[in-house]
Amino acid sequence: MATYLEFIQQNEERDGVRFSWNVWPSSRLEATRMVVPLACLLTPLKERPDLPPVQYEPVLCSRPTCKAILNPLCQVDYRAKLWACNFCFQRNQFPPAYAGISEVNQPAELMPQFSTIEYVVQRGAPSPLIFLYVVDTCLEEDDLQALKESLQMSLSLLPPDALVGLITFGRMVQVHELSCEGISKSYVFRGTKDLTAKQIQDMLGLTKPAMPVQPVRPAQPQERPSVSSRFLQPIHKIDMNLTDLLGELQRDPWPVPQGKRPLRSTGVALSIAVGLLEGTFPNTGARIMLFTGGPPTQGPGMVVGDELKVPIRSWHDIEKDNARFMKKATKHYEMLANRTAANGHCIDIYACALDQTGLLEMKCCPNLTGGYMVMGDSFNTSLFKQTFQRIFSKDFNGNFRMAFGATLEVKTSRELKVAGAIGPCVSLNVKGPCVSENELGVGGTSQWKICGLDPTNTLGIYFEVVNQHNAPIPQGGRGAIQFVTHYQHSSTQRRIRVTTVARNWADVQSQLKHIEAAFDQEAAAVLMARLGVFRAESEEGPDVLRWLDRQLIRLCQKFGQYNKEDPVSFRLSDSFSLYPQFMFHLRRSPFLQVFNNSPDESSYYRHHFARQDLTQSLIMIQPILYSYSFHGPPEPVLLDSSSILADRILLMDTFFQIVIYLGETIAQWRKAGYQDMPEYENFKHLLQAPLDDAQEILQARFPMPRYIHTEHGGSQARFLLSKVNPSQTHNNLYAWGQETGAPILTDDVSLQVFMDHLKKLAVSSAC
Amino acid sequence: MLQPGVGMIKPAGPLGAAPPGGMLPQGHPPPGPHQFGQNGAHAQGPPPQRFPGPPPVSSAAPSYPPYSPSTQSSYPSPGSSASMAQLGSQLGAMHINSYGSGAAPPSQGPPGPASAASVQGPPQPPQPSILQPGSQVLPPPPTALNGPGASPLPPPTHRPDGLPGPAPPNAQYQPAPLPGQTLGPGYPAQQANYGPPVAGAQLSYPGGFPGGPAQMAGPPQPQKKLDPDSVPSPIQVIESDRASRVGQVYATNARGQIPPLVTTDCVIQDQGNASPRYIRCTTYCLPCTSEMAKQAQIPLAAIITPFATIPSNETPLYLVNHGEAGPVRCNRCKAYMCPFMQFIEGGRRYQCGFCSCVNDVPPFYFQHLDHIGRRLDHYEKPELSLGSYEYVATLDYCRKNKPPNPPAFIFMIDVSYSNIKNGLVKLICEELKTVLERLPKEDQEETSAVRVGFITYNKVLHFFNVKSNLAQPQMMVVTDVSEVFVPLLDGFLVNYQESQSVIHNLLDQIPEMFADSNENETVFAPVIQAGMEALKAADCPGKLFIFHSSLPTAEAPGKLKNRDDKKLINTDKEKILFQPQANVYESLAKDCVAHGCCVTLFLCPSQYVDVASLGLVPLLTGGTLYKYNGFQMHLDSQQFLNDLRNDIEKKIGFDAIMRVRTSTGFRATDFFGGIYMNNTTDAEMAAIDCDKAVTVEFKHDDKLSEDTGALIQCAVLYTTVSGQRRLRIHNLALNCSSQLADLYKSCETDALVNFFAKSAFKAVLHQPLKVIREILVNQTAHMLACYRKNCASPSAASQLILPDSMKVLPVYMNSLLKNCVLLGRPEISTDERAYQRQLVMTMGVADSQLFFYPQLLPIHTLDVKSTTLPAAIRCSETRLSEEGIFLLANGLNMFLWLGVSSPPELIQGIFNVPSLAHVNTDMTLLPEVGNPYSQTLRMIMGIIQQKRPYSMKLTIVKQREQPEMVFRQFLVEDKGLYGGSSYVDFLCCVHKEICQLLN
Repeated sequence: MATYLEFIQQNEERDGVRFSWNVWPSSRLEATRMVVPLACLLTPLKERPDLPPVQYEPVLCSRPTCKAILNPLCQVDYRAKLWACNFCFQRNQFPPAYAGISEVNQPAELMPQFSTIEYVVQRGAPSPLIFLYVVDTCLEEDDLQALKESLQMSLSLLPPDALVGLITFGRMVQVHELSCEGISKSYVFRGTKDLTAKQIQDMLGLTKPAMPVQPVRPAQPQERPSVSSRFLQPIHKIDMNLTDLLGELQRDPWPVPQGKRPLRSTGVALSIAVGLLEGTFPNTGARIMLFTGGPPTQGPGMVVGDELKVPIRSWHDIEKDNARFMKKATKHYEMLANRTAANGHCIDIYACALDQTGLLEMKCCPNLTGGYMVMGDSFNTSLFKQTFQRIFSKDFNGNFRMAFGATLEVKTSRELKVAGAIGPCVSLNVKGPCVSENELGVGGTSQWKICGLDPTNTLGIYFEVVNQHNAPIPQGGRGAIQFVTHYQHSSTQRRIRVTTVARNWADVQSQLKHIEAAFDQEAAAVLMARLGVFRAESEEGPDVLRWLDRQLIRLCQKFGQYNKEDPVSFRLSDSFSLYPQFMFHLRRSPFLQVFNNSPDESSYYRHHFARQDLTQSLIMIQPILYSYSFHGPPEPVLLDSSSILADRILLMDTFFQIVIYLGETIAQWRKAGYQDMPEYENFKHLLQAPLDDAQEILQARFPMPRYIHTEHGGSQARFLLSKVNPSQTHNNLYAWGQETGAPILTDDVSLQVFMDHLKKLAVSSAC
Repeated sequence: MLQPGVGMIKPAGPLGAAPPGGMLPQGHPPPGPHQFGQNGAHAQGPPPQRFPGPPPVSSAAPSYPPYSPSTQSSYPSPGSSASMAQLGSQLGAMHINSYGSGAAPPSQGPPGPASAASVQGPPQPPQPSILQPGSQVLPPPPTALNGPGASPLPPPTHRPDGLPGPAPPNAQYQPAPLPGQTLGPGYPAQQANYGPPVAGAQLSYPGGFPGGPAQMAGPPQPQKKLDPDSVPSPIQVIESDRASRVGQVYATNARGQIPPLVTTDCVIQDQGNASPRYIRCTTYCLPCTSEMAKQAQIPLAAIITPFATIPSNETPLYLVNHGEAGPVRCNRCKAYMCPFMQFIEGGRRYQCGFCSCVNDVPPFYFQHLDHIGRRLDHYEKPELSLGSYEYVATLDYCRKNKPPNPPAFIFMIDVSYSNIKNGLVKLICEELKTVLERLPKEDQEETSAVRVGFITYNKVLHFFNVKSNLAQPQMMVVTDVSEVFVPLLDGFLVNYQESQSVIHNLLDQIPEMFADSNENETVFAPVIQAGMEALKAADCPGKLFIFHSSLPTAEAPGKLKNRDDKKLINTDKEKILFQPQANVYESLAKDCVAHGCCVTLFLCPSQYVDVASLGLVPLLTGGTLYKYNGFQMHLDSQQFLNDLRNDIEKKIGFDAIMRVRTSTGFRATDFFGGIYMNNTTDAEMAAIDCDKAVTVEFKHDDKLSEDTGALIQCAVLYTTVSGQRRLRIHNLALNCSSQLADLYKSCETDALVNFFAKSAFKAVLHQPLKVIREILVNQTAHMLACYRKNCASPSAASQLILPDSMKVLPVYMNSLLKNCVLLGRPEISTDERAYQRQLVMTMGVADSQLFFYPQLLPIHTLDVKSTTLPAAIRCSETRLSEEGIFLLANGLNMFLWLGVSSPPELIQGIFNVPSLAHVNTDMTLLPEVGNPYSQTLRMIMGIIQQKRPYSMKLTIVKQREQPEMVFRQFLVEDKGLYGGSSYVDFLCCVHKEICQLLN
């Protein structure tokens, strides 16, 4: 029999699902006692090169409240041409097209290997992809130049029939008309005035003029494309025009007095972009791509005033309730984000500046709409350029790795209810029988909207066992969950991907071992981390940490093997052994610690944490450290100060940063130039090896990590030193000067201390 | 005339000719050389008029409708019961002249010779060239009419003496006829021996009316016609002044001297007082006391045209630069250094002529005095010896103490459907390409510093970026018209030379860009707002040229409704038609003035556009309103283009503020013109150009002294077209007198009419028109009655006696009363009335004179070899002849009237067609024919057009064809087509009023 590890991996590859528990406790009470909730990480559009979509529509359960989709778990009566819904037990007739069905002639959706299947829906006219660039012109000259080049480059990556639009902003907001010949034309808006969607559409001439009497041309629908096309044009038509237009973009011409920030109307610009798409292409896949080089300084959504002497809010200001624009700005962007989400569009933010740009206030735009958030120092860096390019990367079929306007519906069998989701989604507020009253994350619904979705986007979905303790689920049964994702594929097709999974129920009393063995500690760590980060958005940092600690202690109490009040006796089984360590690093991570991070950085880190898949999330929680030496092939080493040795090269991947660190000796050798001597070619190879590996990571990662090459004593070594477990510090001097690692100058507790405490608390009967 | 008793004007004085300055109190010594300065040398009286024949002759005149008081609607009946007190209050309310309450006869003693005698100047030599044979033979008494009852007086006899008593010993009568008095045929040489000269004209009723005016209201009797030739003729007055002054140098060296008429061409030399081109007064001798002023009811006003164009043969203004120190000013009243400052204590101090304050002379300005107490550098410093000059202003005189930026011109073109369709947009764009080469600049500079910008609009605004480094202009659309703003700074206002290619590119593209537009709605207030904001953002003053054509009905501030309601005419609510619809425009104008943004509006309406609202901002910002009704490319483009060129090129000052200072005893109280007043003393103007005049009314606040006279200093602080801040100073000294006769002698009718027109047109906003007309008539009568009572020699009550200086006031006043602004009729569009009202509000004296009394020239008698204009004739149909061709011009329109029997050779010569029937009246430009008639006629038209602010549209009118009706409206001596009495009738009416007042 396959181990649980293999089972988990298999399931992940096939369905894009990882459950915290792969055997489910049979009652609500037991489930709560297991501390880590029954939940899963779902990657709705996980790339499946081996899964060609089927060109017909799914068969639905006929019960109006159910409408589950025919799947391998359904019981089929081939003779009667009936099937029974495995969620509501409704017996359904097969549609006429399935007349030829039999045991040997099964449709794909009934085969077990197609627990995940994708349907192509033919209904409706395909609508082109829409890309609306919203470009800040209050940039330094070289920054603007670099951005212009990137944008021009991106035009060549778009499919020829994609619609593009351009809005630029500084003190004013300009919506550029792309259709006109000769004179370039733009509509200009004041950057300080908030406009309603209707006003924007009126001003852009998008609303059809109220012409009651127009008997001459009854073909009203034809007018529509012509109206909107002034601002959104197929790329193949206006490629040259737009390239020129981008080339001619000037820095915002309004003078910026000494000691002032440029006036930047980001709030209004976004509002207009949203209004424009809302009026022209509602419910069609569209990306609003905001490129900004600084904080919004005027109008609705302003984050900081234009006086340079007043710095932008810090965590300190926020704690002291001293950030006067924050609440209002956040409200503005939240309103926009919700409208955008309702229209099925998504908003990306590409913020490149040395100082903060207001991501804290604007984060909801990408967070709620499934857009990207990219943060960099300058548009003139490879970090931005390559990240931006990667957005337009194509999959094995030559399609963009992006999907639009997705809705995710979760159906559960009766024993389960869905409590909520955490990820780049908004609730669609669809109440149903399988919706729990308790919310975890975004709850109260069985459907979520994810306006922008790529193959790695992963949601955490939390469940609740319904059955009470006195009426547990009978043994041997299986609970089932169906995930139905409707979305607009980048090839403009509408598609539905259906994943149906089932797990065994088990009685905790009698089968605890089973349940324990079926624990997926990686998934559990990420799912708990998401809950923690979700809480951290609204709660005080220390409260979240305390909550997380309590959960960990309770878990250890439940599943550890120990003698009461004897910490030394504490043991955890293999399936739990890594979990406390994840929690240790999570506590130190920038997702929960704001110290040393700006509010923008925190928002940025949390944004990515809430959408990456399990592997990447784990890297974020606990960075990976590789060690390169002459002693053998590169090996992963403990993320511990003891791993920092003089004759090693370290490669650390924190997801956001790739750090290559040369040990003291190595650095000296390199300084001496050994790598250039033919007889020390092996040293050259050693130096090269981590670079190559880093490149490999850089190639695949989105967004591009910050690439740091440093050495012992280098100032940038702090990136490494801040991450490793401070097992040796200036406080435990015994290690000083020895060859066993590098002391970290910190008062943080080390993993060892943490574990000791944990054990002590776990075995204590006091709590 | 249905009046009992036919009025006849008696010969005034023995010879009728009153000298221009011709009235002196009897028994007083001649008041000094200034009074006769010009008389002695060259002053000549007006040409005498023919004495009218016996009444029956004139009764045959067919064109004069009988005068009937009962049908007279436009004047108050002389017997009306309107009390004087009531009148007074009305007057006060309408700003015409609040001396009205003093209308009762003065309480002084009976007018005796001592106060009523007048001095007779030498009779004027006749000008044969201006006389129509048969129409104006020259009888000696120039301005008198005799009723039939006066027939015993044959032309060459003494005047029917209204002046009993001995001739005053010191009468300034010049007995010797001048050589010029060898008169033309029919001119009897007679006036040599009239003892007691009497100025003015007299109108008497035949046989006198024992019962006075009361009887005039009696049962109509068969009446005899008054001969139009016998009433005072404006043409005669104009021509006589011209004859006496033309070609001469008029030096402004003396206080209170009366300048030549505006119609007279002469060279003016500044010798210490401002040229009459800059300042003209209603009277050059102020009454010493306010009681006197009240008694006479003559408005005391000055019409100031600070930037008037100066002919090339006169010296332009000198520029005084005191560097950092700035202009020298009186410490107390802040008057600027001028010829009226008296240097004392060896030049260490000076006494201000305005407030008498003694000031120290600043060290840098010190100069020794010569033996007559004049500074040694008197003739080296313009501010010491000239009436007008300019100062370079220091930073203290600039906004925010920063030197101003050069102004900018913004062209704002309505590109809605109608303007595209009638080709206007294309026309403007084509024209701008050439006219922008001629932006105004300082004389010494190579290129203009004026920057230009472009906006097009319909219900949204399109700004254009025409930065020189762009390959293509860029268009920026601002749709937020409710709160309009400027979308760009850099590249909007550019130097024309630098951005020429981009601008031409733009101008080529604009007509195409909107060729398919079917947008009918427009906005207006946001357009002005946008221009003003653009200037504000660029921190410079400037001028907006707006080309608009429709009622702004789009949803935006300043949105207007069609409220043209003809039913309001002749009701108390008629004034509403002249008031702006929305408050937006008033506050917008205020903002514009505050930022030095002048708005000039070119309107091409095809229907009602509410000129009263649209024109408000142009009016208050010192801009100009041009209107082309139902613009048609082939008819109106020439006029439009001429106006556009002229307006762009004309001399102009920006961001101006005008202050009129006076010597103690009187002060400026009221201002009329294209100005905005934030307080009671400073007239602010976003811009002021060479054609704009401000009329300033003065009132007493104390006694004036005859010795010191009255001083006026008008200072205009402004920014030049090159961005220099300057002060333009005009100084004028007037006489003061405690004799009413002096006052009447020094009046200037053209200026008076200008004042009356402006004050009445201002009053139409607040008063029923009927009241205004009544007030005008009453005041006219009152002024004349006061003269009659106090200055003229006693005579029969039936005689109408007019002071010489106001001889033609009635005809002008009648024309003013008949103007469509004051006399509404449904046939005249509300917009046209509002337009004319606005036009007159900024007119200078020369323009208002022509406007109210058009120039009518016979063309068929043209001497093709001469380059001078033919003599004008009076504006009356009787002066036209079927065989004649006449040219009429009033400053806005020009008509070429072709009699049905026009000489074919003239028709051929002018139109190059064989006969009148072939003449196509559908032209606004005469064909260029090589014939001398054509050349001369076109030259004449050119001369008439010259110096006029508006390009006159030529209309060809054939006698007895429908368009003649329009033409006839301009024959102001005739009874109006839409009401309004004839000159003669009006005279009778005024006379009745006077009689009533005298009783």
